[in-house]
Amino acid sequence: MPVDIYLNVAVGGILTGLVYGLMALGLSVIFGVVRVVNFAHGEMMTIAMYIAVTLFSAFHLDPLVMLVPIAAVLFAFGYLLQAGLINRFITRPEHSQFLLLVAIAIIITNALLILFGPDSQNVQASYAYDSFQLGPLIVDATKLYAGFTAVVVTTALFAFFQFTNLGTAIRACADNYTGAMVVGLDVRRLYALTFGIGAACVGAAGCMLLLIFDVTPAVGPAYTLLAFVIVITGGLGSMPGALVGGVLIGLTEALAGLLFTPSAKSMFAFAILVLVLLFRPQGIMGKRTA
Amino acid sequence: MSRKPHNNDRHLTRRTVATALGAVALAGTAPFNIVRAQSAALKVGVLLPRSGFQAGIGQDCQRGVDIAAGILKDLGMPPLQIMNGDTETNVDVARSRAEKLISEGAQILVGAFDSGQSTAIAQVAEQKGIPYVINIAAAPQITEQGYKFVFRNFPTAGMILSDAFANQKEIFEAAGSAPKSAVFMHVNDTFGTAMKGGIGAVMPKFNMPYNLVETIAYDPAARDLSVEIAKAKATGADALLMVSRLNDAILLTRELVKQRWSPMAILSMGPGWYEDQYLKTLGKLSDGPLSFVPWYDPNKPLSKTLEAALAKAHPGINLNTNHVYTFEALLVAADAYKRAGSADPKALADAVRSTNITNNVSPGPGIQFNEKGQNDKLKNSAIQNRGGKLVTVAPKVAANAKVEWPLKPYDKRS
Repeated sequence: MPVDIYLNVAVGGILTGLVYGLMALGLSVIFGVVRVVNFAHGEMMTIAMYIAVTLFSAFHLDPLVMLVPIAAVLFAFGYLLQAGLINRFITRPEHSQFLLLVAIAIIITNALLILFGPDSQNVQASYAYDSFQLGPLIVDATKLYAGFTAVVVTTALFAFFQFTNLGTAIRACADNYTGAMVVGLDVRRLYALTFGIGAACVGAAGCMLLLIFDVTPAVGPAYTLLAFVIVITGGLGSMPGALVGGVLIGLTEALAGLLFTPSAKSMFAFAILVLVLLFRPQGIMGKRTA
Repeated sequence: MSRKPHNNDRHLTRRTVATALGAVALAGTAPFNIVRAQSAALKVGVLLPRSGFQAGIGQDCQRGVDIAAGILKDLGMPPLQIMNGDTETNVDVARSRAEKLISEGAQILVGAFDSGQSTAIAQVAEQKGIPYVINIAAAPQITEQGYKFVFRNFPTAGMILSDAFANQKEIFEAAGSAPKSAVFMHVNDTFGTAMKGGIGAVMPKFNMPYNLVETIAYDPAARDLSVEIAKAKATGADALLMVSRLNDAILLTRELVKQRWSPMAILSMGPGWYEDQYLKTLGKLSDGPLSFVPWYDPNKPLSKTLEAALAKAHPGINLNTNHVYTFEALLVAADAYKRAGSADPKALADAVRSTNITNNVSPGPGIQFNEKGQNDKLKNSAIQNRGGKLVTVAPKVAANAKVEWPLKPYDKRS
């Protein structure tokens, strides 16, 4: 098989993996701070994808152009969800939180089914079929735009958490819940903000993924599972870990499809997960806890 | 004095009168029972993948259900009460929905487009003793189990492949050229693997001009098929031999365009490439693929009736396999009910087994079932996408257009 095929497939896998990483980043941020596992993560992304589909079909608004407004809508959704509902479950047993978020996921899926029907939908952006040729390398334009945007959004998020007072306060909540309360931080509000930020991440990722994949109401659980695989591989609660995990899974799926058989792509992604759980349970970039 | 008559006493007693009246009543009402059975609607459980990744095709099959009532009435068939069941494109759900429909009173089952789901439903139907008429499912083993209540008016994988290779050779001859090599890509589900097995068994008998240089199986729920196309492109094959579904056919076409690969021909032996959603989603990029599939005979009177009914109910939708075979499954159910004169499952199954419908839509002499419950007289056609429409290019006797050959390169389309 020609070498350029490996190169093409690897580049495609890395670009898709970057978007996967951004999607998983939202899950990691939420868990890292709020300590709630968002089992409705993929479903929240499908909301963003359907908003993008609707805006495109009604007004021909490009999903990448609408990325910021849609992320803002998802931020508001996440904020209200945490402030109005999940905050009440923070001190309850984990199985209660699990059931709550699974219920939210089912409600979202069925609401989307009622509103949009079961057919797969997509956007036909003007660059939907474009690709760039650099010598033997052919790069899918939509994947390139989506991957680049994922890097920009992730960098902005890093900057927010590292260099702003609000980001520092959120990190303080993540590091020490009681300490944060002692110094007078409004932890519940910060939790809501964090959940909103996580939802905004997944909203942005949804806009980008819509350029690559179709959306149906039923795809949510698959993305939730994928996000889990990525954050556990990268390190639960680690922001860089989510991106690294995303790229690793994207690359593994692509190369496994090429070198072995395409229908075994997911098998190799899960094999990586098993290896990480066996030999580095905290994830590639996660911190070992006592 | 005893009121009991002597044994040889012939005069009328109250008991004799009562017995006679009862007999008369029974005899008198028997014909009316039949009349009542005929006028009561037959409860038909229609199982289709109305959601999940086969939802597009499941809903397309539903269009065949939607237009059936009026046509069946005009044919003098008894009414059907449709009970819808959604298999959610899931074998386990298909099984449980079949059980639920039967428990809710379904007297006959129809469906379910997919071989895996149909296999599960067939097991339930056989176990419960309820007749099941398969609309679309090609895995041969379904009618090889010795089932007594399962019937299929759809060709098996072997039948589809035999006709496909024969029609391909006819097309190559008409075009004056043929591919020398091909990549076989198939969806990795019950239908796809059955077709893969069938190709291995059937293709050598036809002495095809091309050889298969690679076989690529992929996940039926795949969201990204870029690797699959990259792998196929790397072989440098002349043609793509496809067994796919709808969503994957769209994804594969997109990848062909993005990866700048236009093979000489796309030869599909399954659904996907001729569906309306495929044509509408891809526009001019949908032109060219050849599908070797169970189709309809455009010259049969009932085909014209079906076309007209579909055009009225769903303007702009082309009549296709999904509508035709779903409609015919309901036609079989209604015809059997009419002849059985009863909704008794055994009587219905016996009536389905003795079906002989010549006024039908699909190609071939009509609908009859062999001892295995399979209609083995069905014929298949080769159709090509042309400007958002579908034309039949082979076999010659059923063709209404000449093949456009080779596939116009994707980068040369405006």
